[in-house]
Amino acid sequence: MKRFAFVAAFILTAVAVSAPSSAQPQSDRLILAMALEPPHLDPTAGAAGAIDEILYANVFEGLTRVLANGAVAPALATSWTIAEDDLSATFMLREGVTFHDGSPFNAEVAKFALDRARADGAENAQPQLFAAIEDVVVDGPLQLTIRLSRPDGDLPYALAWGDAVMVHPDSAEANKQTPVGTGPFKFERWRRGDRVVLVRSDTYWGEKPALNTVEFAFIADPTVALAALLAGDVHAFPTFPTPESLPILEANTDYTVSIGTTEGETILAINSRKAPFDDIRVRRAISAAIDRQAVIDGAMYGTATPIGAHVPPHDPGYIDVTAVNAYDPSKAMALLEEAQVADLSVEIALPPPAYARRSGEIIAAQLREVGIDASVRPVEWAEWLSKVFRGKEFDLTIVAHTEPADVGIYARPDYYFATKDQVLKDALAALETEGDPNARMELLKTVQTRMADDAVNAFLFQLPKIGVWDARLTGLWQNAPLQANDVTGVSWSE
Amino acid sequence: MWRLKAFLKRVGVLAATLIGASLLIFLAMNVLPGDPAEVLLGMNASPEAIASLRAEMGLDRSLPLQFADFVGRALVGDFGVSATYGVPVIDLLAERASVSVPLAVLSVVLSVMFALPAGLYAATRRGRPADRAVEIGAQVGLSIPNVWLGLMLVFVFAVTLKIAPAGGFPGWGAGVLPALGALLLPAVSLAAPQAAILTRIVRAAVAEAMDEDYVALARAKGLSHAQAVRRHALANAWSPIVTIIGLQFGFLVAGAIVIETVFSLPGLGRLLFQGVAQRDLAVVQGVVLVLVATVIVVNSLCDAVADWRDPRRRAAIPPLASP
Repeated sequence: MKRFAFVAAFILTAVAVSAPSSAQPQSDRLILAMALEPPHLDPTAGAAGAIDEILYANVFEGLTRVLANGAVAPALATSWTIAEDDLSATFMLREGVTFHDGSPFNAEVAKFALDRARADGAENAQPQLFAAIEDVVVDGPLQLTIRLSRPDGDLPYALAWGDAVMVHPDSAEANKQTPVGTGPFKFERWRRGDRVVLVRSDTYWGEKPALNTVEFAFIADPTVALAALLAGDVHAFPTFPTPESLPILEANTDYTVSIGTTEGETILAINSRKAPFDDIRVRRAISAAIDRQAVIDGAMYGTATPIGAHVPPHDPGYIDVTAVNAYDPSKAMALLEEAQVADLSVEIALPPPAYARRSGEIIAAQLREVGIDASVRPVEWAEWLSKVFRGKEFDLTIVAHTEPADVGIYARPDYYFATKDQVLKDALAALETEGDPNARMELLKTVQTRMADDAVNAFLFQLPKIGVWDARLTGLWQNAPLQANDVTGVSWSE
Repeated sequence: MWRLKAFLKRVGVLAATLIGASLLIFLAMNVLPGDPAEVLLGMNASPEAIASLRAEMGLDRSLPLQFADFVGRALVGDFGVSATYGVPVIDLLAERASVSVPLAVLSVVLSVMFALPAGLYAATRRGRPADRAVEIGAQVGLSIPNVWLGLMLVFVFAVTLKIAPAGGFPGWGAGVLPALGALLLPAVSLAAPQAAILTRIVRAAVAEAMDEDYVALARAKGLSHAQAVRRHALANAWSPIVTIIGLQFGFLVAGAIVIETVFSLPGLGRLLFQGVAQRDLAVVQGVVLVLVATVIVVNSLCDAVADWRDPRRRAAIPPLASP
């Protein structure tokens, strides 16, 4: 029996000495948690949102940047002018900017960074951002002109993306492991599988942040995420993975729960290249069979906003077209009968995120209600990309398109979903080059109406940004106009 | 002479197993749809960019060539570069092993520290309430999924009592005590089912030995009950116990995949899991080869210890040439 007592004592002692020192927050230290770890730390060479969630605006800056409210603002460029013919833009660059290794930032460096990002076969995950760029010309040490092959109304916005940040020729290749940027924080260390640590840079050109140390800890398990917050191991979970645990946190005054918006339109994509989904009546039937609110309540615990097309409700050009394909099971059954598809059986491919897996189960049940024999198939992300997305081997699939302002994907001829609606295609083509804001609004309205009418996909909901953090923290982003955790304005109150 | 032969035989088995395992992994990873270049570059990348990244990763070569290249490099200790992380796999393995190896060892220690006294106690009180209690306890320990146990430990010690971290690993650089502390709850969750199994094995092995005539003889010679148990029954029960500990080591390494996720530990298990999800062949190969080698080596060592403790097993080995 003595030995049992000894074992118990040993366990308790060792656990006690290891009590986390982080329970009492220091005023200049922040521990922020993320569900996914990035594969590397170069925002210009990968699609993983987790890369930007650590580095965007904190370590790396672009010529322009996106603010918390989604607006485009000057960053390393102080101002820019668009030429009369809309075929070039001249950027004035900020003076006295240095990279964390001491190298100066100038127009030559900016040209290098842009040329590297847009080169043929470049490892950049968002080549469409640079598609209109013909040439980048250095006019002087702090002046740069970007020549365009066609007008591009979105250029300043495109340059604000994490995929277009400024990198130095001397450090660019090593950025994956040791990122060197111009931002207010510099990279300190990365313990793979555990956390990335950033510290304040003393050489920053702008206002110094209040925090000195920011740790991005990776917590993969949703249950553990809640435990880590409650235990005080982490101070903030800007994208909290489990909406079902929100009531516990909302009832606790020590935490702030913030439900904001993202750019993630969650859709049930329909493979209209394949019969019978090429029949508009079948697509409309699928859309009408889905009760969006039930999906939102069941899969997202009521935290999401329904959408009727591929444009987020907070977009200035948004119009509500959810009524076009409103929930109407009898209409769905009538449409299926009219299209003469009896015994339709479909498979819904579901990638790993919880929003997809949970929505998929509910939607399969709703489709069965109208007589469609729906089954679900969980797939890994790699398989989804390879088979569903690139191989187009699917009937239906659920995914959130998280890129901002991405209606252009509906115009891509070889995309995994496709539309035959010529009015929609024309409107999308015009939107690509139109610079006038009012004309753009009108085009965007046409796009939304036609998308809903053609039932290209079944539009489900806008993915919410569920953030939970220590109530004493201020300055974290409520919304996610980009996938980023800009901590430059974060501080502890009291 | 036979020792050297036996040793060489073991090394041969190890090498053959490793090559077989790596061929299996290589084939399985190539059958799985998806590749690391697509995963890295995502949904908007151009087909040219993906093709050029695939070429950079060496994935555009024929499969036999890729495999031959891997084996050739692995023979000289080069496990290649991780497609996802872009760093040598050997560095990743070393980093992760510094978490996984201490975790497995700590689990074995905890499991043995519990199972030996409990099993002995039960074996010497066969059929009595104490024996029943240990048996029921072992049954419960065996039935509790260690994921659930891990979560409960986190909620009790980290969330409610706030005397332990909810997860994560500070690294050995932060000091031995904080690092051990971070491993303790995961080790307890991993050890619980193993301790339950081991308790039953110890009880059965000791009980069996106690029925042998030599224990009765020892008692007849005047040894106390406790002395007879310790010097004779336990001494003869060692062999199955040590063998089971060796086998359990393999389970500990595999079970760690789940427990490392529950406790956010940067160990080999999670590296393997991520490697498969991201189709990072080099990482999967590296981790699996290390795990296979560890299990084989540990089992061989346990066999050797059992041989050394049990003269009967030594006799079973080909006879020594007379000196």
